Amino acid sequence: MNPMLALLARDLRLASRRPAEALLPVVFFVVAASLFPLGVGPEANTLKTIAPGIVWVCALLSSMLSLGSMYGSDYADGSLEQMLISSMSGFELAVAKCFAHWLMTGVPLLLVSPLLGLLFGLGWEAIGLLALGLLLGTPILSMMGGMGAALTLGLRNSAVLILLIVLPLCIPVLIFGAGAVSAAEAGLAPDGHFYLLGAMLLLTSLGAPVATAAALRISV
Amino acid sequence: MQAQDLTVRRGTEVLFKALSFTLHAGQLVWLRGSNGSGKTSLLRVLAGLSKPDSGQLRWNAEPLNQSEDYRAKLVYMGHANALKDDLTAMEALRFLTTVHGRACPQDRMEAALRRMGVFHRRKLPVRMLSQGQRRRVALARLVLEDRPGFWVLDEPFDALDDAGLTLVQELFRENVQRGGTVLFTSHIAVQPEGLPLTELRLQGMRA
Repeated sequence: MNPMLALLARDLRLASRRPAEALLPVVFFVVAASLFPLGVGPEANTLKTIAPGIVWVCALLSSMLSLGSMYGSDYADGSLEQMLISSMSGFELAVAKCFAHWLMTGVPLLLVSPLLGLLFGLGWEAIGLLALGLLLGTPILSMMGGMGAALTLGLRNSAVLILLIVLPLCIPVLIFGAGAVSAAEAGLAPDGHFYLLGAMLLLTSLGAPVATAAALRISV
Repeated sequence: MQAQDLTVRRGTEVLFKALSFTLHAGQLVWLRGSNGSGKTSLLRVLAGLSKPDSGQLRWNAEPLNQSEDYRAKLVYMGHANALKDDLTAMEALRFLTTVHGRACPQDRMEAALRRMGVFHRRKLPVRMLSQGQRRRVALARLVLEDRPGFWVLDEPFDALDDAGLTLVQELFRENVQRGGTVLFTSHIAVQPEGLPLTELRLQGMRA
């Protein structure tokens, strides 16, 4: 088997051995988003307007939850050293890790997002746009997050530091992801937002793994 | 393997400087030095995990970090066992061999675990094994090596009992007889029978 696939399979298997931990981000996502109607009030129109923003902010925060252990546990038990001197390049290592992270956090978020859309009274068209935005945006969050996790490897208080590094970088994703739904609700074409999200996705997938690999080499 | 004028620092402290040595195929080398003299740092440099602050490393006259041949021959084991707690012993071993491009059939891995005396534990998660058993699972990688390799081992005898010690020395012998090289650190004095043991001493800079 290809080392990248082996790493991906291993990460998924590790997650399946700890289902409670693996489900944490998606549970956080649902709980955090469903607190907003309670806090803001049950006014249907207000909720509808703020729904895309809330879903995106919660998606952003919940995908940050598991970043600390993304490289942290491999660093602690020596697996990371072994992977860095293996037949796999640092770039491949970063890609496999980010893809595993996306499968474990991004995809579940994507799957439950229609549920939250319904909760906020969004129409089906808006829900579709929201999910499409998340499909393009969540891989960016995983890759940016992986970069932050690699940079803060071995530092104390790394959990907070990751947030400080990664959240500002993710602001454009938040703006265009949530903006697409709001634009459609206002009767404008959302295409431009998706083009920009797609462009960001391409740019991040070329840049972030390189940066992650370099950061891992420094940290280990 | 040829090292010339190596200098390695940790922080601002110089661990060793102007260190030169040559290692040949078929050598068993015991790297010695007091605590903090830079044994682990030297091994990490040789494994390609960190760069020397100055000096050159060559493998058959080729720079070490560009040599594909070296990458294929290198087997590095650090202090940590690199086994995941939640995987079973068998899965952990399979992952390590696959990642290093040495994937091999199930029965060979079972035989390796049997030789290391941990076959009966192969389906248990690593976290349920004792320290010595974990070390044995990690060392099973060496049993699976069948090419002459360049082994860089940091305290391989750590946590092993007497039987384990003998077993690992047998593995050393096999690799050396194949024409490989073994470089290891150990705080236990070992003398494998019928094998010349070369000593490489690191003098602490503070001494």
